[in-house]
Amino acid sequence: MAIGVKPRVKAPKTAEVGEVVTIKTLISHKMESGQRKDGDGNVIPRSIIHRFTCDYNGVNVIDVEMHPAISTNPYFEFEATIPEAGDMVFTWYDDDGDVYTTTKTVAIG
Amino acid sequence: MKIKTLSAIAAMLVSTPFVAVADEADKDANLVVNGEVELVTRAPAPAHLEGAVDEVISGWLFRTSETQSLQMDDFDNPGMIFVDQAMDDWGTAVGSEGKSCADCHGAVEDSMEGVRAVYPKWNETAGEVRTVAQMINECRTDRMGADALGYTSAAMARMEALISMQSRGMPVNVAIDGPAQETWEWGKELYYTRTGQLQMSCANCHEDNYGNNIRADHLSQGQINGFPVYRLKNAKLTTPHGRFKGCVRDTRAETYGTGSDAFVALELYVASRGNGLSVEGVSVRN
Repeated sequence: MAIGVKPRVKAPKTAEVGEVVTIKTLISHKMESGQRKDGDGNVIPRSIIHRFTCDYNGVNVIDVEMHPAISTNPYFEFEATIPEAGDMVFTWYDDDGDVYTTTKTVAIG
Repeated sequence: MKIKTLSAIAAMLVSTPFVAVADEADKDANLVVNGEVELVTRAPAPAHLEGAVDEVISGWLFRTSETQSLQMDDFDNPGMIFVDQAMDDWGTAVGSEGKSCADCHGAVEDSMEGVRAVYPKWNETAGEVRTVAQMINECRTDRMGADALGYTSAAMARMEALISMQSRGMPVNVAIDGPAQETWEWGKELYYTRTGQLQMSCANCHEDNYGNNIRADHLSQGQINGFPVYRLKNAKLTTPHGRFKGCVRDTRAETYGTGSDAFVALELYVASRGNGLSVEGVSVRN
């Protein structure tokens, strides 16, 4: 596991049915591009988060593919329509095979 | 045809000023973080600045509205990542004594409240003015049996950030009289001393020309109330001494060392120029 990886999500705890809410996500990650070299001239291996998804009650909201030009600590802000109460599952896929998941529950009212 | 081209150019010329305005700093903005913590970004200058400047202004007001808004929400503020990491460091035992910061100091919210606002501060035991960074390293070497952190290292910067957050919203209030006065006078001398091939002092930019542009850079007053600062240009936290070093280097001078007596004196003096402004915790700048 890459060091210092911590997912963060800001989503409302409650919403009206049909309301469009703003969701902010950030994951601390070094996003090593694989293009840089260390002091001895050796290539530092690529280590990035290459995919990010958000699902709401099993329905996909957003699916993002990431490439090496994305800077450190990738931040995503997007909007989603809330059809009913439920769980919002955020998933980040690391190059090294790790998968980081965070869940936020949204209530109606 | 020719007329059409000309009018297109004319339209471009007319629209250009509006584009420029969009990039400019919002000088009248109010800095409210998370919609609840209101920070003072303009204050009457402290008495010792009489004749130099009338008002002290946070660097936040010199930045573009996009950069400004990053600091108005802790989730958007990239510096908060480092505060989180320092929170983990705070509770982690290091060194031969097997102690963490929390073992002696307890909750950081209580023990470090107000600390950042009054530092650098005269230390009676040491018989000199000390910075927060020096106190952190003293704890590590003398009480935790650990190695000192590099003065401007990432680990030091984030610990300073965590401590600074506990004073967010409090006015900067460093003491410049009493035993600290001698150091303060030296810091003042350094501030007005021209250095390097370019023969520039701190004052040439940050007192005489703040608000003007130096090439593409919009000069601020060089206040350090927002430090440690998350700089977008290098995507990490920068400490006061790291910034001083960068500035002095840009005058094409051999710089003082980070953590040196000279920079401690300069930090005290520059901090005192911001007496009355709010500690911003972790600020965001370009």
